[in-house]
Amino acid sequence: MLRLEAETKLAGFDLDLALEVPVGSCLALAGPSGAGKTTVLRILAGLLRPDRGRVSCGEHRWLDTAKALDLPPERRGVGYVFQDYALFPHLTAWRNVAYGLTKQPRHERRRRAHELLERFGVDHLADAHPGTLSGGERQRVALARALAPTPRALLLDEPLSALDARTRAHAARELTAVLAEADVPTIIVTHDFTEAAVLGDEVGIVDAGRLVQRGPAAELAAVPASAFVADFTGAVVLTGRARAGSDGLTRVELDGGGEVVSTDARTGHVAVTVYPWEIALGPAGVEPSGSAQNHLDARVVSVTTIGNRARVGLVAGQPLSAEVTPASLEALGIRAGARVTATWKATATRLVTV
Amino acid sequence: MTRARWFPVFTLAALALALSFLTLPIVAIFVDTSPGELVESLAEPGALDALWLSLRASLAALAIIVVVGTPAAYFLATRAFRGRSLVITLVELPLVLPPAVAGIALLAAVGPSGILGGVVEDAGVQLVLQTAGVVLALTFVAAPFFLRQAQAAFGAVDRTLLDASRTLGSSEARTFVQVAVPAARPGLVAGLALAWGRALGEFGATLMFAGSFRGITQTAPLAIYERFGTDFTSALALSAVLVAVSAALLLSVKLLSGPTSLTGAPARG
Repeated sequence: MLRLEAETKLAGFDLDLALEVPVGSCLALAGPSGAGKTTVLRILAGLLRPDRGRVSCGEHRWLDTAKALDLPPERRGVGYVFQDYALFPHLTAWRNVAYGLTKQPRHERRRRAHELLERFGVDHLADAHPGTLSGGERQRVALARALAPTPRALLLDEPLSALDARTRAHAARELTAVLAEADVPTIIVTHDFTEAAVLGDEVGIVDAGRLVQRGPAAELAAVPASAFVADFTGAVVLTGRARAGSDGLTRVELDGGGEVVSTDARTGHVAVTVYPWEIALGPAGVEPSGSAQNHLDARVVSVTTIGNRARVGLVAGQPLSAEVTPASLEALGIRAGARVTATWKATATRLVTV
Repeated sequence: MTRARWFPVFTLAALALALSFLTLPIVAIFVDTSPGELVESLAEPGALDALWLSLRASLAALAIIVVVGTPAAYFLATRAFRGRSLVITLVELPLVLPPAVAGIALLAAVGPSGILGGVVEDAGVQLVLQTAGVVLALTFVAAPFFLRQAQAAFGAVDRTLLDASRTLGSSEARTFVQVAVPAARPGLVAGLALAWGRALGEFGATLMFAGSFRGITQTAPLAIYERFGTDFTSALALSAVLVAVSAALLLSVKLLSGPTSLTGAPARG
């Protein structure tokens, strides 16, 4: 279990945050740029000392400002993947990976570095310098380097943001596999809620130095604790298997039942994202008319009023949420337990390969 | 010629003027000296001694500058502290000091009647009129050139590289040796070349502080000055040798540091 409690003054606001991540679990910290997400990682790694706070990992105590305990980064054993990967430009890929292996004999370090590079499919680039590698290749070398010394915790700062859109989907899929395998507490920082939903077992929303809400992605979207979370979580994320339909559209068979169509061309395992304000609700069992092609029968589990709109948490095999006006709530008799049909257009349905 | 083309032509003309002005005197040294005179001047008593002393003293000064200056520059580049700009200004002050003033200042500080003269004497160190004094004078005038460049070079190193090294289990010391110095290498070598060039050409401070004794404190520039009064051809020939040796040394430093610093292109991040 990785635990953090920290208070520190930052430019513009105070960071005041506590979190816990169990072994083998991945928490995705999502929030706008400048919310203090990277600061949390730096405090955990020992690169920044908070004004007050405690950090521990299992029985290892890393920081306790009250007891003047502050272990330097090199003694914490944290695997850190930096936003721009921070590969050492003067070292080849394999030497970058071997850098953290200080205790093993020479040939053992080399063997382990090659083994990791091979696992990430970049062993053929072992003798290349980082300057000659593509974004995706650098990301793999950076991951291999962070994992080489078998860290006690893994911290990843925007691991996908330096990649172009095409590489990103593939890298996200690989990363999920790596994280599932890593038997340590993991924290991923991202400004993209969809990415957080795809990569994290749980998502924590950070705003102005505070952890404003934490839970499974679908739950955050369905029952946002504040208007900020509602806006930030935005998209509903469903998972399923995509195949090309005969009409040029992509058909996605959702995990847990139901089928939706999208104008995005993807195949295989995908995350389906749609914004709650794109989803219309109608009476159950009535085939809605109009151009929207996606209809899911759903049960209302929660209704949260956010200013002049209401976020309606639904379950249709998977959790999703819709946003309607209070007047519609009244007219349709929407309340917890009611059955409705959720409707949205294929053009509002985004697919992300996972 | 189109109107848009005049500016590149103007800048090229300016470069041509600067290049000919700066190289003409150096070319003249060699044009004015016959190869026979070059060899003869080296055979003269004291000529080789002066060159050898210049080489030894400047290398000793460089060693001191690198060993002390590299970590000092790293501290200045990576730490924020109160009075940092003041410290940087003080460290760079000898850059603007006239060499003769530097010599006087050294005498006032560590000369026999200087403020630390007693301490130096008690330590059994002879500086004035000794080779050690030459090394001290060269170190004093050349060190700021290296410190300035090294500090800029360390300052340009991506701080996340240092952070990455720490999270990978390296202490601050190992991070300095394994990451900061290699990443800053082109800048460090450039600083080294500048400092060496300054040390090889040092005249005023050495003359004032250490004197000009053949084989002990007479470096090549001092030997050239001594001949200048009596035998211009001989002075010219020794100058040619000093220019050739300096150029060869600086070029080899740059070649050893790899192609990046030779072309002046910044190292790849």
